[in-house]
Amino acid sequence: MSYEFDFTDVFAAWPELLQALVDTLILSASAMVLGLAVSILGALGRTSGPRWLRWIITEYIELIRNTPLLIQIFVVFFGLPALGLKLSSNVAALLALVVNVAAYGIEIIRAGIESIHKGQIEAGKALGLRPLQIFRLIVLKPAIQAVYPSLTSLFIMLLLNTSVCSVIAANELTAVASNIQSRSFRSFEIYFVVTLLYLCLSTFFWIVFAGVERAFLSKPAR
Amino acid sequence: MRAPETADLLFIVMAARWTVLLSLVAFLGGGLGGALIALARTSKRKWVRLVATGYIKVFQGTPLLMQLFLAFFVPGLFGWSVEPWAAAAIGLSLNASAFLGEIWRGALEDVPSGQWEASTSLGLRYVPTMALVIAPQAVKIAIPPTIGFLVELVKGTSLTSIIGFVELTRAAQIVNNATFRAFTIFAVTALVYYAICRPLSAYGRRLEQKLRVGTR
Repeated sequence: MSYEFDFTDVFAAWPELLQALVDTLILSASAMVLGLAVSILGALGRTSGPRWLRWIITEYIELIRNTPLLIQIFVVFFGLPALGLKLSSNVAALLALVVNVAAYGIEIIRAGIESIHKGQIEAGKALGLRPLQIFRLIVLKPAIQAVYPSLTSLFIMLLLNTSVCSVIAANELTAVASNIQSRSFRSFEIYFVVTLLYLCLSTFFWIVFAGVERAFLSKPAR
Repeated sequence: MRAPETADLLFIVMAARWTVLLSLVAFLGGGLGGALIALARTSKRKWVRLVATGYIKVFQGTPLLMQLFLAFFVPGLFGWSVEPWAAAAIGLSLNASAFLGEIWRGALEDVPSGQWEASTSLGLRYVPTMALVIAPQAVKIAIPPTIGFLVELVKGTSLTSIIGFVELTRAAQIVNNATFRAFTIFAVTALVYYAICRPLSAYGRRLEQKLRVGTR
């Protein structure tokens, strides 16, 4: 192997990479929060809305889940201006990610809602629990227990998917990596380091999410 | 700049054959790799399990786009130049190996351990037990999630357009650069992906329901 590794350009760019890492986190977190809000509304509509609304939500889920995120980003960024809605690359990236993540989130939240049986609430009433106690102990905690693992994997999927937003030059890690690559020509070095950064991010969240689950959501021992 | 003609749309639709072909190649490559990973993950030797777990963590913990970039640039370190299609096939196969390996490990472990004990008591060694007793039962469990992953794989091929492989998404970009009718072009492209993926998703779900009824 005659290739000489040269990481100087990559390490010289560390302030840029650090900022991009923060931007990736901000983009993922905002898409997750907005996506969850849409998912909760969508799940309510999907479970208890009128028939036409349930149909629309089901078809939306199918359409998004059966097309690539990259095409969804292109439709939002290049397609919507043709219909008179011009978005900056950051807003377009956020919108595409929210639309994408909600299609998965709705099904997860719906499963959470459906995991609570009516009999459980009635049992709580019969035991003399107050409404707030019923909500906290019988509805909220089991529902979160039921959806927590899926929601955390959804977040990590979203975090990794933000890299696709580099194609429209949104502010995030992969786009900055491409910039550094195009001025230093150190393709392997930059993508290797950035891949490691993504691995650190996802491992960090895996550990944190597992810790939170153990500390707060573990089921009582029987 | 010109209006997109029927020929342009046909060019996009026809490019879907490269998407399908790449998906099949990656599924074959990923199937071989995934079988190895699944066997390694269920091995009796600890270090073999650790290596397989590490492989899965790395490929599930980094973006597919980065994996494709590295598949494109790493051969250059050895002085080999690879065509985009080869980098795409290798990158997607390595990625699919991790996901299929994890799916199939779950299926292998779902086969009741009594089946292992029964085979051992019949005097069967590891290979015949795995090949004749465990794997055939695991296949039934594994098919629905495998089809689900196939949908992810087809969608994943769209990222190979970024390293320059001309498939469905890249064809759409080429037409878009010439005509600037972005909404129509990308909507048509989305529909082509939908036409490939929706039947697969529906089929996978139907098999899953059937399996659930069967094991009840």
